Amino acid sequence: MNAPAETGPLHVTGELLAARRIGGYHHLTVVAPGIPERFRPGTFVALSTGPARLARRAFWIHRVRPMSGYGATLELVVEARGPGTEWLVSQPVRTRLEVTGPLGRPFSLPKQPVSCVLVGDGYAAAALFPLAERLRERECGVTLLVAARDEAHLLSALEARRTARAVTVVTGDGSVGRRGSVADVVGEVLERAAAEVVYGAGPVASLRSVAVAAEAAGAWSQVAVEQPLTCATGLCQGCVVPVTGEGGHARLVRACADGPVFRGDRVVWDELVGAP
Amino acid sequence: MSLDLSNPVLVASGCGGTGRDLAAYTDLATLGGFVTRSITLASRPGGAAPRIVETPSGLSHAVDLQNPGIDQFLALELPWLLQQGAQVFVSIVGRSLGEYAELARRLGRMHGLAGLEVNLSPPDAEPSGVFDVREPFHAASVVAAVHRDVPRGLPVVAKLRSDLLRIAETANVVIEAGAEAVVVGNALPAAMPDGRPAGLSGPAIRPLAMRCLTEVLAAAPGATVIACGGIATAADARAALDLGAAAVQVGTALLHDPTAAGRLARDLAPTGEDEA
Repeated sequence: MNAPAETGPLHVTGELLAARRIGGYHHLTVVAPGIPERFRPGTFVALSTGPARLARRAFWIHRVRPMSGYGATLELVVEARGPGTEWLVSQPVRTRLEVTGPLGRPFSLPKQPVSCVLVGDGYAAAALFPLAERLRERECGVTLLVAARDEAHLLSALEARRTARAVTVVTGDGSVGRRGSVADVVGEVLERAAAEVVYGAGPVASLRSVAVAAEAAGAWSQVAVEQPLTCATGLCQGCVVPVTGEGGHARLVRACADGPVFRGDRVVWDELVGAP
Repeated sequence: MSLDLSNPVLVASGCGGTGRDLAAYTDLATLGGFVTRSITLASRPGGAAPRIVETPSGLSHAVDLQNPGIDQFLALELPWLLQQGAQVFVSIVGRSLGEYAELARRLGRMHGLAGLEVNLSPPDAEPSGVFDVREPFHAASVVAAVHRDVPRGLPVVAKLRSDLLRIAETANVVIEAGAEAVVVGNALPAAMPDGRPAGLSGPAIRPLAMRCLTEVLAAAPGATVIACGGIATAADARAALDLGAAAVQVGTALLHDPTAAGRLARDLAPTGEDEA
């Protein structure tokens, strides 16, 4: 009994197949048998970073692609910003990695071909690229807003132009595109695209501005909330997100297992801790 | 031995969530037992974020006994666990002897439980939030109150504080008060970086947990003792069993690797008899 469902997460010993440094990020290609096949946009993987660091590190899946001889592989975008991610990006190829995934609830896709705006800030924008492909398959109009603090931390807008009908780029220092933040431009982008559905991935402040702008524009918003995770699998109750339920009452749910994707109008932003 | 365990590996309280998330990785029926997170009479929202931080080979956690309360637990969580064929031990914690007795009465009416685990040692609870059982006499009063109100034959297990100076004495008095077995021990009292009360768990505490185990085994010969604290590998578990523990509980290891309990249960399954 209890054979894992075809859609459920797996825990496997995978392998680091390739690592490339692109700007301020490390793009890791990871073999993790069975996980790419179950991936849906918005889900993520958790990796162990050695036996002495007990908390898992969670990563958005940037791309799933076949690699000759390995079946499908995962591409992850990693920003080294602590001992776990430093460890990960310093590993040589062929390092064995404990990988769990895909975890969490994915983005919901519209049934009708509606106008969608995807807002990604920093490395989290990675989660939106596979989403853009799925939306295009459904003949949804896709408009991208990609943000970062500077050019080095901007995920390739070049690639974005292939999947989207319009792309807006903002950087904190103005090194590419317009100077500013998500909050500065999101309202205008939604209006221009006549957005009906808005998807967001990035730091809490950016997600909040996405949710607020969507509300003002009368659009649905779905945001992928990133919190520091411990187990990433729903066991530890460490990563709580305050949300309001159907009846309007507030409750705490888990970012990893009840999210990471939430309706923007359901998150109680004032009470959500601002990390990362 | 009055505790009849089919396998010497149990999931420790608070580290298996509701069981549903863990069941994606491990058939709960193959484990010696599933101990629930501690259930209180009224629901508890749990502590503020951040709730868990990584420490060297450990986790410091301040979940503060988040749980849905006994009514929701009985309605939504317990039936599912029993349906999986899990050996369910319900962990309970109360603010008074009266609350412990009430919890024991409510749970004593449920069919199919493997036992109750009295949590005599929540290290991260706000000091005013639970009945103070630091004195062995008070711990024994709690166990007696619970024991009095459960049907004969339903084992009461006491989870002790890893307080090296008092743990052997506490083990003896709670056994005298009716505990069928003792769990040695719980997370160590610790603090979050901002000073809030926390528990420290993981391999970091295993040497101390082992010392507590040897103290209790020496002071309470013949007692059924379940080892708990930093057990992550089959070798860790065998070391505790070789010293005289009847079983082990696996907790933090599950947050690092959700397959850990299932793997240990397979490695330590009794041999020489068919476990059909």
